[in-house]
Amino acid sequence: MISAIVFLPLLGAIGAGISVFLKRDDLGYVFSLTGVVLSMLLGWFAFIQMAIPGIEQTVFLANWINVGSFNVDWALRYDALTAVMVIVVTTVSAMVHIYSVGYMSHDPSKPRFMAYLGLFTFAMLMLVTADNLVQLFFGWEGVGVASYLLIGFWYQRPSAHEAAMKAFVVNRVGDFGFALGIFAVFHLTGSVQLDYIFQEVPSLVESHIVIFGQALPALEVAGILLFIGAMGKSAQLGLHTWLPDAMEGPTPVSALIHAATMVTAGVFLVCRLSPLLEFAPITRDLITIVGAMTAIFAATIGMTQFDIKRVIAYSTCSQLGYMFFAAGVSAYPAAMFHLTTHAFFKALLFLGAGSVIHAMSDEQDMRNMGGIWYKIPFTYVMMWIGSLALAGVPFFAGYYSKDMILEAAWGAHTPVGNFAWYLGIVAAFLTAFYSWRLLMMTFHGKTRASKEVFAHVHESPLVMTIPLFILAIGAVLSGWLFYDLFVGHHWHDFWGHAIFIQPDNTIMEDAHHVPKWVKLMPLYVSVSGIGLAIIIYTMMPSVADNVARIFRPVHQLFYRKWYFDEIYHAVFVRPAVEIGRFFWIRGDKATIDGFGPDGITAMVGRFSHFCGRLQSGYVFHYAFAMLIGVIVLLAWYLRSL
Amino acid sequence: MAEISLIHYLMVAAILFTLGAVGIFLNRKNVITILMCIELMLLAVNINMAAFSSFHGHITGQIFAMFILTVAAAEAAIGLAILVVYFRNRGSIAVEDINMMKG
Repeated sequence: MISAIVFLPLLGAIGAGISVFLKRDDLGYVFSLTGVVLSMLLGWFAFIQMAIPGIEQTVFLANWINVGSFNVDWALRYDALTAVMVIVVTTVSAMVHIYSVGYMSHDPSKPRFMAYLGLFTFAMLMLVTADNLVQLFFGWEGVGVASYLLIGFWYQRPSAHEAAMKAFVVNRVGDFGFALGIFAVFHLTGSVQLDYIFQEVPSLVESHIVIFGQALPALEVAGILLFIGAMGKSAQLGLHTWLPDAMEGPTPVSALIHAATMVTAGVFLVCRLSPLLEFAPITRDLITIVGAMTAIFAATIGMTQFDIKRVIAYSTCSQLGYMFFAAGVSAYPAAMFHLTTHAFFKALLFLGAGSVIHAMSDEQDMRNMGGIWYKIPFTYVMMWIGSLALAGVPFFAGYYSKDMILEAAWGAHTPVGNFAWYLGIVAAFLTAFYSWRLLMMTFHGKTRASKEVFAHVHESPLVMTIPLFILAIGAVLSGWLFYDLFVGHHWHDFWGHAIFIQPDNTIMEDAHHVPKWVKLMPLYVSVSGIGLAIIIYTMMPSVADNVARIFRPVHQLFYRKWYFDEIYHAVFVRPAVEIGRFFWIRGDKATIDGFGPDGITAMVGRFSHFCGRLQSGYVFHYAFAMLIGVIVLLAWYLRSL
Repeated sequence: MAEISLIHYLMVAAILFTLGAVGIFLNRKNVITILMCIELMLLAVNINMAAFSSFHGHITGQIFAMFILTVAAAEAAIGLAILVVYFRNRGSIAVEDINMMKG
């Protein structure tokens, strides 16, 4: 059954890929939808049948690499962690597949899109079911490729393929760290098989690894390297620049890959490696700090952006920061819980935004929207549900998971935990603020759209609204439904061996016993953020502009995304381009071409020109040459006489 | 007064031959001159034939000299005939103009 879950989307993708060549859009839909929907049903079935009773299973498929002591298998591992990821991935993927049928209906290459989506789903499932680090890396790179293909799906647009390239290159930085991390783990334990590694880890606490002549704690080094990989994939501070640009892809792609699944792979990796990270406290502190800073950093940018998808993208970035600092304070179940709820409501928000964009004739700038709520009431309600869940309003999914994370940060009672809590609270305020800023700017007020666009605003077809509705159910219920299972007092029964927390670490208990005001704080800030946004953007639209003008430097800093792109451009891109240009002009063109192909052809040309000049056509020249020849021959034969 | 020996004949022949050869290379004016120079070289060879024939007391060389004269006459006739045709076609027999084989 596990193999079926993983490979059905691949079969669907292959079918859709073949339909590209058959030029049959309908066949492409049939193949990919069947594959992924079946996979989703099986995923839920497996979750209920196996994960809830606590059955863990590893399916051996084949031997992959066997070189000396290095042995890698293809094996699918199914435990609680995988089960959660499988339902998240397959459900969101299925919804996005269905939604895409409507969203991409005007696109000429539909089967290609479906094939890419299926490929992505397969790679993501391969990632979450991996039994060893190398197989995990295979899935990791697979989703990277699929993400590249889908961001650059509209390859005619220069901005799209630039964004695709950027995503791929920035992810390479993270993947480099990840690969080094795998090497480090193999160096330490002699295996890449997860169970074996985790078994070995406790005995390696004292061991050191020598880098550049300095002995460093081995587990910390491995942990930080692996975390760098997670940072790249999950767009954490420093390696986040690709995520907003990735919004160049079609909106369903943003929902599936850049909100719900692929970007959470980093969080999944950190949780998966919990038995290792539990013995690497410095790494965990680093994870907490990076996560908390990302949470607030992305929220500040999200506040100032005008592109509806970019606002949600920065929101994703920020929520991923929450998940990371939860994992950093050892509350892995809380991180996974937020991952699950976030997948539902963020996919909902993205697909809702897609529905808005669809209605607005491909307009993405919120400055050109407004006043459309009564024309697309269903989408409007869906966006409200998504935003309520995101802001953590009671009884919506985000309320349970985000509060759990903040309580865990407080409950950690460490300086780093407190740091994360304060930043998390501010970020929660900003989250609520920018969510309602988005809602108000998009749906309320007097419309700023042109007359034709406004007249054309229409509700999306059923094939797009049904996935929204299903995801909305998830966004409302998933928090309430999974709370006890994931992070309740008996969390250990569910997660089993998949998540390991040091026995003396009572973080999950402590999180439930924090002061009342700590529990209520996120709610207060969310509600005040919502209220402030509603007041500013409906009643006093001039306030926002005035504030932006008064705090101009700060606003500019946020609006230009803290100048990360500019700095990276100056520090990395420009020198790289310069070096490339140097090697191109001086190295390749001047040296290699100059002496190689071009030099030889030029020499042949010159030589034949010279030979041509010898053929003067005058008889006496030829006769003279003959005479010289005769003399030379004679001299040769007579020299011995 | 020294007797005229084989060596003198050979020297005359060598001088004539060289004159012929140099005439071919240095002549830039007229193709007829080239033909005459070839003739000159053939005659130089003929002198060698006759000289060696009398030196060895063999008649063969002189007979060959006769043959060569015949061939030379025939060759001159053909050469002149080609020249006439060439002049008709090109309107010139100046050596400088004959360079159609130029590469």
